[in-house]
Amino acid sequence: MTGRHHHKVRDSVAAALDGLESGMTVMVGGFGLCGNAEALIRGVIDKGVKDLTLVSNNAGNLGKGLATWLRADIVKKVICSYLGTNEDLHSRMASGAITVEVTPQGTLAERMRAAGAGIPAFFTPTGVGTVVEQGKEKRTIDGREYLLEKALPADFALIRARTVDTFGNLRFYRTARNFSPIMATAARTTVVEADRLVDVGAIDPDDVHLSGLYVHRVVHVPEHEDPFEYKTSRKRPEGK
Amino acid sequence: MAYSKEDMARRAAAEIPAGSIVNLGIGLPTLCADYLPEGHAFLHSENGLLGMGPFPFEGEEDPQLINAGKQTVTVLPGGSTFDSAQSFAMIRGGHVDLAILGAMQVSARGDLANWAVPGGKVMGIGGAMDLASGCRRVIAVMQHATKDGEHKLVATCTYPLTAARVVSRVITELGVFDPTADGCFKVIELAPGVDRDTVAKLTGAPLV
Repeated sequence: MTGRHHHKVRDSVAAALDGLESGMTVMVGGFGLCGNAEALIRGVIDKGVKDLTLVSNNAGNLGKGLATWLRADIVKKVICSYLGTNEDLHSRMASGAITVEVTPQGTLAERMRAAGAGIPAFFTPTGVGTVVEQGKEKRTIDGREYLLEKALPADFALIRARTVDTFGNLRFYRTARNFSPIMATAARTTVVEADRLVDVGAIDPDDVHLSGLYVHRVVHVPEHEDPFEYKTSRKRPEGK
Repeated sequence: MAYSKEDMARRAAAEIPAGSIVNLGIGLPTLCADYLPEGHAFLHSENGLLGMGPFPFEGEEDPQLINAGKQTVTVLPGGSTFDSAQSFAMIRGGHVDLAILGAMQVSARGDLANWAVPGGKVMGIGGAMDLASGCRRVIAVMQHATKDGEHKLVATCTYPLTAARVVSRVITELGVFDPTADGCFKVIELAPGVDRDTVAKLTGAPLV
């Protein structure tokens, strides 16, 4: 008999996604195309599952990232905060092919955090007096109104990290972190796509961003496309 | 002469006290950063960044270092990165001193509508509702009226609300106005050459 934290490193994306089935709720890290687990995203399409509930801030954009799941028709519901220019999502929402639940971004994040922390629901001021309060319990606490929001758990979380040890302790890079660590806490099975895979002990305990306790499988993927969504820059002044 | 976009950004930047934590919304508010002295304030971006710097130099863009508008940015010395739950705890917990946001409508009592147009495409909420209800102070930077002269500073918002009674100051091309508890816009200042009657015609609530 082995525990869930015995031998986490998998030698293929397919092995890392073992047990991910049609109809499941899957959280995928990333803010738009920033910080996507690109190989795991491709792997889910290759697996041939369908009717997924996708939890993601944006569900892809510009036909890339999770927009490939929308195009492959493997998603029945999206829980997100922002659609923006994601035409693949707009068109499928309009046709009724995909149900979209739009949640304020901070509430979405906190619902994941709550799920991972054993808190079934929480009160937040966000959304009071707006369409978001429809169907939710409202309570006045110390003179201010709050909405009751429920925790959001998932079957799988697919995330990306910069440096990961074989136990799953990991570090993120810049703003590629976003929802990934809280998704990892909210999911029954968390799979990490590691830019770099290192031995245990290579990351100082004080420098770990997310404990390996939240990670169940690791797959090493050194190459990524990392597409730009909006590449903005300024001219370098003369002589600098 | 009404304020230009740059004037509006400069005027909004003047509302930022030295040593504050500020979140600048997408669009015009982003321009405020150009009028802040170096080290004056720390810019917060809700995707998980504090100490946001200007756009990178050409050729130094990093697709994994972006702002909440998903544009490539930089991080200044003293900056930090964190996850989305932490980022919104900062906002909801009242640790962000000021949000400068764009707006479609602001009511004379300070209600903010900036996320959806009735009957329009649903773009989503993003961080708008959390920022509006969580930041200690909210300033709206917006055009005073639509191109057709339709009011945007109104008695009651007809667009879906982002948050109720949160806007403490509105900066438009015509001047600076504060919503009040009794439903009037208090005139703080008028742009050079703009007279009060013009503003009154273009405002959907009484001026005081």
